[in-house]
Amino acid sequence: MSVEAHEFIPLPRQDPPLAAARRRLSSPVATVIVIAITVLWTIPTVGLFVTSIRPVWQTKRSGWWGIVEDRTVTLDNYVQVLTGGEILPEGIAPYLFNTVAIVLPATVIPILLACMVAYAIAWVPFRGANIVFVGIVALQVLPIQMTLLPLLTMFSNGWSIGPVPIFPNLDNPETGRSLLMGTYVPLWLVHTTMALPLAVFLMHNAIARVPKEIIDAARIDGASHYVIFRRMILPLALPAIAAFAIFQFLWVWNDYIVALTFAGSSADVAPVTPYLAKLAGGYGVHEHLLTAGAFIAIVIPIAVFFLLQRHFARGLVVGAVDG
Amino acid sequence: MEELGAGLAKVGTGVAAVAIVLGLLLLIFFIGARAKGRLQSPVAIVVFLGPAILLLAYGLIVPAFRTTVGSFQNASGQDWVGFANYTWIFTAPGNSTFLINTILWLIIAPVLSTGLGLTLALLLDRMRRESVSKSLIFMPMAISFVGAGIIWGLIYEYRDPSKPQVGLLSQVVMWLGVEDPPNWLLWQPFNNFLLMVIMIWIQVGFAMVVLSAAIKAIPSDVVEAAELDGATGYRLFSKVTIPMIRGTLIVVLTTIMIAVLKIFDIVRTMTNGNFGTQVVANEMYAQAFVAFDVGRGSALAVVLFVAVIPLIVYNVVQLRKERAIR
Repeated sequence: MSVEAHEFIPLPRQDPPLAAARRRLSSPVATVIVIAITVLWTIPTVGLFVTSIRPVWQTKRSGWWGIVEDRTVTLDNYVQVLTGGEILPEGIAPYLFNTVAIVLPATVIPILLACMVAYAIAWVPFRGANIVFVGIVALQVLPIQMTLLPLLTMFSNGWSIGPVPIFPNLDNPETGRSLLMGTYVPLWLVHTTMALPLAVFLMHNAIARVPKEIIDAARIDGASHYVIFRRMILPLALPAIAAFAIFQFLWVWNDYIVALTFAGSSADVAPVTPYLAKLAGGYGVHEHLLTAGAFIAIVIPIAVFFLLQRHFARGLVVGAVDG
Repeated sequence: MEELGAGLAKVGTGVAAVAIVLGLLLLIFFIGARAKGRLQSPVAIVVFLGPAILLLAYGLIVPAFRTTVGSFQNASGQDWVGFANYTWIFTAPGNSTFLINTILWLIIAPVLSTGLGLTLALLLDRMRRESVSKSLIFMPMAISFVGAGIIWGLIYEYRDPSKPQVGLLSQVVMWLGVEDPPNWLLWQPFNNFLLMVIMIWIQVGFAMVVLSAAIKAIPSDVVEAAELDGATGYRLFSKVTIPMIRGTLIVVLTTIMIAVLKIFDIVRTMTNGNFGTQVVANEMYAQAFVAFDVGRGSALAVVLFVAVIPLIVYNVVQLRKERAIR
């Protein structure tokens, strides 16, 4: 499976002079339609933001477009949703910290491991390297749903084939509850594992392309594989690493199914997505707080997205085939 | 303040985890580097491949195998039941809802996303300043499905028509003269389409960006030759543009189909599959983690897996073909 999706699908770039010259004069009709769709596409997010900065009594009295008539704005909703209060027993803050604590390792570790695999496959000659590569990349076909149930059982009860323990049962002898549940560990492990097939594929594309002469020269100078990997491969693969890092960051930040399965909605470990989903599903929804919470949760990925858009497009196109 | 301290401690845990993994990797690098002579390569292979292979074995391969086995067992995973879970999926009376809905999702959402994305890409090609529009239409892609669900929940909100409206959709419909708008999310079967709109809102940007790049990559001499031959407007579009980007179109379509097949978050946050909106992926979650029926949950996961395979294979074949041409 040596397809290189991001190579094949051309990415946004500067028009070559010829193409620009050939381009017809911009059509006003096209411009109007595109602007109309752009406005339509932006309104939902604007509505969320506007609702989140209106005082609570306003949000009950009129829709967010009512801000045209009464321009009162407030940050109260944000203060309340961050710290909790009378209406919300708990604020979003602990969950936000959980998201950060989950995202960091779940982004860094899979990239590192994938680079290692890619290096071994590309630059440490061994029989079956190709089979290992295809085998790992092909694992992308497995949807996350295929792994959830057994993984949850494994983390909470351990796993053994007959009497042979393959994964230890890490129960706390006092509570009888697994030591792993209620920590970030299952989330880190699951996100790392799920990311590996695609990450290996992408990192291999980048690392296999390092000029052979450089590696050979280093080998002749007596550099070990480990030195080459740390001093040459990682720096040279940095653009590819950055592209995948953005993709993986957004994926983990926005994930819901893994969080829900392995962290539930406890304030100790659960990220913002289950918190918001619970808030949205609760009775007597408090729009002003829900919108403020949702805006806090989406503003960081959106900022990352606007800053690093080009890389993101690249990551998505390839990530498209992800499982 | 106390809360901030606790929060920073959490972030610290994350940083510590990264540091520990880095330390462990450096340690095995150090140990691996002690191997000399003929052992060098084999040891390096074990060091570099080992951690990833272990994770993949424990985290993906074995669980997938166990899910497949589990799909032939009963609810508690104690007894073998043959194909009973699969028979249940496809024949139980209530299940036609999520099967039909999933098929509708699979056809409507990808086709509309790709179609709209293509239209936008073509229009953008005729615009001078396109980047702001492109960014804004692409932006929903960075928003989680849960966040998107909240955003659209606000739009679909229902209020008694005698009261001032809060939901934009109801308000717009009332401005247009409808006196009694329905409670959108309970409005079967159209609520399914309202949920699909959220997916389309997210996916159009993806389709647009990829297709726009493909259109720009069409060699200008091809277009010029066609124009010399008198092809303009629709003819140019159907005889030159579309055939030239056919491969990319298919990749975009199948990619969105794969995402749609596994759609879970939107349905779960918006309706939790009630009011006739259930889909396979959410039914899988409900069977596995709410009803605790391991057999049915596993069988539904396998159904998803089997349904994804042809899409991915087609996608890969298409990519390969395109690459061979280039």
